[in-house]
Amino acid sequence: MFLQDIRATTLGHAVRPNIWDIVALIIVIGAMVLIVYGGEQTTLPLSALDTAPVTLDPSHLPLYALRTTLRMLLAIVCSLIFTFVYAALAAKSRRAEMVLIPLLDILQSVPILGFLTFTVVFFMNLFPGRVLGAELACVFAIFTSQAWNMTFSMYQSMRNVPKDLEEATQSFHLSGWQRFWRLDVPFAMPGLIWNTMMSMSGGWFFVVASEAITVGNTTVTLPGIGSYVALAIQQKNLVAIGFAIFTMLLVIIVYDQLLFRPIVAWADKFRFEQTASGNPPTSWMLDLFRRTRALRSIGLPFSAVNRTFSNLRIDWPASWHAPLRQGPPQHLVDALWVAVIVIGCAYAGWQTWHYLAATLGFSDIAAAVGYGLITLLRVVVLIALASLIWVPVGVWIGLRPKLAERVQPLAQFLAAFPANLAFPVFVVLIVRFGLNANVWLSPLMILGTQWYILFNVIAGASAFPSDLKEAAASLHLKGWRWWVKVVLPGIFPYYITGAITASGGSWNASIVAEVASWGDTHLTAAGLGAYIAQATEAGDFPRVVLGIAVMCILVTLFNRLLWRPLYAFGERRLRLG
Amino acid sequence: MRDQVKQAPLIDIKSVSRLFPKASGEDLVVLEKVDLSIRAGEIVGLLGRSGSGKSTLLRIIAGLVSPSSGEAKCRGETIAGPPDGIAMVFQSFALFPWLTVLQNVELGLEALGVDSAERRKRALAAIDLIGLDGFESAFPKELSGGMRQRVGFARALVVHPDLLLMDEPFSALDVLTAETLRTDLVDLWTDGRLPIKSVLMVTHNIEEAVLMCDRILVFSSNPGRVAAEFKVDLAHPRNRLDPAFRQLVDSLYARMTQRPEPKAPSADGAPGPGVGMVLSHVGSNSISGLIETLAGEPYNGHADLPVLAGHLQLEVDEIFPLAEALQLLRFAQLSEGDLNLTEAGKRFAHLETDERKKLFAQHLTETVPLIGLIRRVLDDRPSHTAPAARFRIELEDYMSEQYADETLETIVSWGRYAELFAYDEQSETFSLENPH
Repeated sequence: MFLQDIRATTLGHAVRPNIWDIVALIIVIGAMVLIVYGGEQTTLPLSALDTAPVTLDPSHLPLYALRTTLRMLLAIVCSLIFTFVYAALAAKSRRAEMVLIPLLDILQSVPILGFLTFTVVFFMNLFPGRVLGAELACVFAIFTSQAWNMTFSMYQSMRNVPKDLEEATQSFHLSGWQRFWRLDVPFAMPGLIWNTMMSMSGGWFFVVASEAITVGNTTVTLPGIGSYVALAIQQKNLVAIGFAIFTMLLVIIVYDQLLFRPIVAWADKFRFEQTASGNPPTSWMLDLFRRTRALRSIGLPFSAVNRTFSNLRIDWPASWHAPLRQGPPQHLVDALWVAVIVIGCAYAGWQTWHYLAATLGFSDIAAAVGYGLITLLRVVVLIALASLIWVPVGVWIGLRPKLAERVQPLAQFLAAFPANLAFPVFVVLIVRFGLNANVWLSPLMILGTQWYILFNVIAGASAFPSDLKEAAASLHLKGWRWWVKVVLPGIFPYYITGAITASGGSWNASIVAEVASWGDTHLTAAGLGAYIAQATEAGDFPRVVLGIAVMCILVTLFNRLLWRPLYAFGERRLRLG
Repeated sequence: MRDQVKQAPLIDIKSVSRLFPKASGEDLVVLEKVDLSIRAGEIVGLLGRSGSGKSTLLRIIAGLVSPSSGEAKCRGETIAGPPDGIAMVFQSFALFPWLTVLQNVELGLEALGVDSAERRKRALAAIDLIGLDGFESAFPKELSGGMRQRVGFARALVVHPDLLLMDEPFSALDVLTAETLRTDLVDLWTDGRLPIKSVLMVTHNIEEAVLMCDRILVFSSNPGRVAAEFKVDLAHPRNRLDPAFRQLVDSLYARMTQRPEPKAPSADGAPGPGVGMVLSHVGSNSISGLIETLAGEPYNGHADLPVLAGHLQLEVDEIFPLAEALQLLRFAQLSEGDLNLTEAGKRFAHLETDERKKLFAQHLTETVPLIGLIRRVLDDRPSHTAPAARFRIELEDYMSEQYADETLETIVSWGRYAELFAYDEQSETFSLENPH
């Protein structure tokens, strides 16, 4: 009837392409060609890396950038698949949840770059003599930096699906599969996309760090921006580093404009609020695709397939959802399950102990913990310093909407920019002026992560209610009192979110920041990051394991004892609106 | 009305109870031995205050909650999971914000596996019927509340259910919108244009029940039981000003203000329910406001509850707890749907703030045993402080956690107003010290 008419006419028009079709077509085909070309390179034998080594010729940079970008893409796809499976499992099955969620919590605080040691060995053995093995190791490193928070976000969304919508799906007889695609996934979408963007930001850092890897005697240099920078450091070529930084800037801008802006603009409809938002996000790229005619009609069969796919009548195993089941829960099965978990943990713990005790003594543990405390001190001091600088700046910017609008994307961009590309610049300065590495290498840890504090504070100050601002002004609150009573409590929850991200990032960065080199000059700052990095280089696995374990424990404790209580306090007492 | 003769009941509920486990181990009885049968051709209303289990009963019929005991049958078959031929309209609309109006309406048909052409046809027909033409491609957030609930109706009607369940469908809407939607629905029903056989609706709005239903079941609270059944034999469209209509509303008010015996505070203050009295959260400002209204023109100390509710634009769920608080504090008497100020109430209306507080404190201490207990504990302890947990645990011996929380919240706000004690939210402690 009415709507069918509309559809018929659009179909009629669809045959004639318009100008937007041509533009969009070029973009789509171009992307496909690049992906295929990049993919071909990975199947070459490992020796190809030696015959065509990375060079500092800037004309190769676009290709290197492409390779780096493809690794990122592949990692994000893997992360998404992992997220869907893992989160669904944890949210739908109580027993799986008992194991999966604490596991995820720990995985979140494992230093990713420490992981690299094991994964490189593993993947190289999986595809001996192929570039693919090294590529996968690199992708896996990025994956481990991205997947956890995405999974957490998805899991939390799935657990917080509004009750009435859940009842509606039941009442209208949607199958488990239908419910997943019609309710769980759309509801989780905004959180998932935001976390994916954050993950991407973090990911650039790790892709750069993991392209040129040395584990014991094995050194792999995958063509990419990271390897390019590593070579530039070796050859003391500051100009090349400048080129790399510039290329990275371009890559991130393109990524943002062509991929994430459109997705964010498109996903605006999934935001769960019943009122229209004031300023929906926009994307020229999405507009472009929405204006196309021919491409959209090509897309129709895909959306039909998608519809059929999400309408499959697959139900979860009956035991997974039991809203109607009565009677006592199956205590016996639960007890067995817990027993299996405990035995598994005990066995793993014993194995680890066995492995470490063979080579390491208590003095090693004491040393690792000591280094850990030094790094902890660095993180605390740096976060404090960064807060002292960026909180006032962020508030100043955030209270000026026009300025905030322009600065905010810049701050987010800086957070995404892999700071390790800029490390050499600082190292050159330290070397030239003969500064103390223990002190002056430290700021590198926070170089890339301080921006999280800035843009969260800007967001908080922008969201600060104008009636409270006006009330403070009419009460003549000024100076110190204004900061302590008005603004700081108002932005506190935002600041904490930023500081948590910044501190987590800094721990990770310590592994590449506490050791640095420029040509033949090697700088080391005493700390757990340097400890892990040196153990990795020496192929000393027991010490790597020990270092990772200590860092993992410190990060977890730091989160549990400081950040979580602060966050909870902010949410409880200081959340506005 | 479409009288039906001798048909097997659509829904047959026999002595259904529902318990919810409490932390203390004891079960909370939400619904106790309820019988109900619904036949084709009638609109049945479940009327009661919050906590009377009427929504739980609706969800048992919808197959979303299972009964703890008793039998719930739909067309002779025990209900296990949402039965075919039953659709539900939600108080909160429960629309999927990421689906358009049309997609929302098609959702139930998709789940049934109806092919797309048929789906589109039926969805458009339902949209047309419910007056949503032109909004097919709109997203829910672009619509007003009334339009959203229309989508909720269309989504339920499109599956052609035998029984339409409605969970307070109009209570999230403003007065005018709700009225339009009610009359539209009743018109469609009396014209026989709705593709449904019966309606079961949950409401706490007395007039709404009388306006729409053929049969009204009044629920009592704690535990939820069917307290009375009223037949409504008025012809549609019903006129709110019709004396028969008014009389029915009045008798429903009277029935709903009758409190079950064990819960009423005994007049002489002797055995009574003591500390374990459930207090609904009513602010001290509302209490003062109601006393002033009652004392002033045109009531002069006496008011008919339906009239008062209409004047103050309060729902049953709001006016009843208020009236009961006044009765509890002996500022007013509640009987047969009338509220009469006592002497103390009249005095209160004319006092200044400080004197009011003193009078309030006096009545509070006399009528609410928990206040006395808190004062005694505070006086006895050398530190003159006591954690709220101490009283919460005691309350939970008598009531569910939710009620204990609400009671405690009420006690805190009344006690603070009466300046009987101080309370620190952060540490959850009562104390005698007032901050200076």
